[in-house]
Amino acid sequence: MAATKIYAIYKDDDLLMQAVKQTRSANYHISEVFTPFPVHGLDHAVGIAPTRIAITAFLYGLVGLSVAVAMMNFMMIQDWPQNIGGKPSFTFYQNMPAFIPIMFELTVFFAGHLMVITFYMRSKLWPFKKAENPDPRTTDDHFLMEVDAENHDLEMLTKFLYDTGASEISLIEKEEDH
Amino acid sequence: MYTLPRNLKLFSIVLIVLGLAGIIFGFLTTPKTIDDVKKIMAEQEGHHGDAHHTAGHGDGQTANFVDEARGQEGYSQNAMKHATDLNPEGHGATSHEEHVLHQLQTRPWSATFVAAFFFMMIALGVLVFYAIQFASQAGWSPVLYRIMEGITSYLLPGSIIVFLIVVFAGTHFYPWQDQDLVANDKILQDKAGYLNFPFFIIRGVIYLLGWNIYRYFSRRNSLAQADANNYDAYRKNFKASVFFLIFFLLTEATMAWDWFMSLTPHWYSTLFAWYIFATMFVSAITVIALVTIYLKSRGLIPFVSDKHLHDLAKYMFAFSIFWTYLWFSQFMLIWYANIPEEVTYFIIRIQEYKVLFFGMLILNFVFPILVLMNSDYKRVPWFVVIAAVFILVGHYIDVFLLVMPSTVGHNWYFGIPEVAAILFFLGLFILVVGTGLGKVSLRPKNDPFIKESENYHF
Repeated sequence: MAATKIYAIYKDDDLLMQAVKQTRSANYHISEVFTPFPVHGLDHAVGIAPTRIAITAFLYGLVGLSVAVAMMNFMMIQDWPQNIGGKPSFTFYQNMPAFIPIMFELTVFFAGHLMVITFYMRSKLWPFKKAENPDPRTTDDHFLMEVDAENHDLEMLTKFLYDTGASEISLIEKEEDH
Repeated sequence: MYTLPRNLKLFSIVLIVLGLAGIIFGFLTTPKTIDDVKKIMAEQEGHHGDAHHTAGHGDGQTANFVDEARGQEGYSQNAMKHATDLNPEGHGATSHEEHVLHQLQTRPWSATFVAAFFFMMIALGVLVFYAIQFASQAGWSPVLYRIMEGITSYLLPGSIIVFLIVVFAGTHFYPWQDQDLVANDKILQDKAGYLNFPFFIIRGVIYLLGWNIYRYFSRRNSLAQADANNYDAYRKNFKASVFFLIFFLLTEATMAWDWFMSLTPHWYSTLFAWYIFATMFVSAITVIALVTIYLKSRGLIPFVSDKHLHDLAKYMFAFSIFWTYLWFSQFMLIWYANIPEEVTYFIIRIQEYKVLFFGMLILNFVFPILVLMNSDYKRVPWFVVIAAVFILVGHYIDVFLLVMPSTVGHNWYFGIPEVAAILFFLGLFILVVGTGLGKVSLRPKNDPFIKESENYHF
């Protein structure tokens, strides 16, 4: 199924922000925005739901903590207790001060790495993936807003977008793979 | 413009009067002679005559927490035997009764010192936070300058009281001031070049002068900036803040050694100064947040948004973790090395103050981390207030545990002198800070970053 989209290109992030707000308040649907750098407050302006990655980070941290506790309990207490500096090594809680740095490190390690992996999976990024970027200039100094053009008067929409400050506008028939 | 409401003013004066009465009561009711102590001890014996005998220090108990955690019977008893800091002989006392007498006589001093220092360090910590804002030319915080200046107005009276306490606390508070003790003690003789009474006073005067002079000039420059049409006053404040921060970091370390570490003059820890700083800083930021919430709820600071509160709560969260990090670093090294001179510090705290010692960790670490972890909760005032109460109570206990085990030992009790001291200094704090906030407009006009701060958004 083909979708009709309009690509509007802006040359300034402030202009883009303003255009995004105007476009949304005129009840047009913005399907995607491409920018060379993160624009502050853009996600909120486009109306994207807030990220839930913080929740996953907390859960991954708990997983890391549990792994650390289970691992050290097995290695240092159950399987092979060692006498290190005369420290008691027969129960977990007697030895816990020595384990706390490792518990901390594994909490951070799990939270950090799993969070990055989650982020890649969620944004459908993997090695050798072809870039989805429609216009290479958006990796340099241009900002691109993708607006749904179906069911809209193209002429009116084009004029509207020019009025928001777009420097270029192009109509695209996009093959969607779903 | 804020004016301290009549009710609050009356309330603070009542607190001061009640507290003062309690403090005086505490000083008057200390035992005067060894006979008094014998009477008290006989009474205690009557209450629970089974477990304790006069040897004290929990020697009689066979199973205690430290031994159990070490997996070594009699470990703590052996360690304490060698600790001259905490033993009767260490204080130059001839008998156990005399030692207890000295500890009981020191108790009202300790109780007053803990509360006096707790409120003074809040004002001092806020002053440091304020200096950091200037030195880093922070853009988010200028809307809070007048609030911080209001809190630091407590520094002058607070620091003078603390100074008077440490000067007059005497030889049972600071054992190294006892000449007879030093004469028989090789370690204290080696330290006498630094730990001697005249130099101790000189250092105290230097701290007080340095901190209060910076507070006076930074406040004056900050007020002058409001009426100026150039940025000269701001530039002067920037320079003053940079030099103050250098001065503070040096004097804070020696202050921690002088006023706290020298309570047990044989014991030392290289992390100690940072640890005191962490306590000071997290309590200070917590109080900034509390005062901000209070003023905001009265509608006096419409230019402060929930973004500013969010940032303050982030600092509370971060520095609670920082405090725990330093606390644990100090604890773990001493626990691991297990050197008799060092471990006694923690043994007495764990044995005699177990609930406070571990409760403090929950209040200062577990609660703030759980309450303030969620980003949205940091903008909800009552959530921040709950976390603030945990943090302030926890850090009062922290200061309590720095002082009491070293001066009063196992004869501690949370009674009239301790509560009265808190009431007195809380009342004084409310009165002085409330008056200090009220003198000028709460909006720092003409600050170069005020516009950025008001539009602060993230």
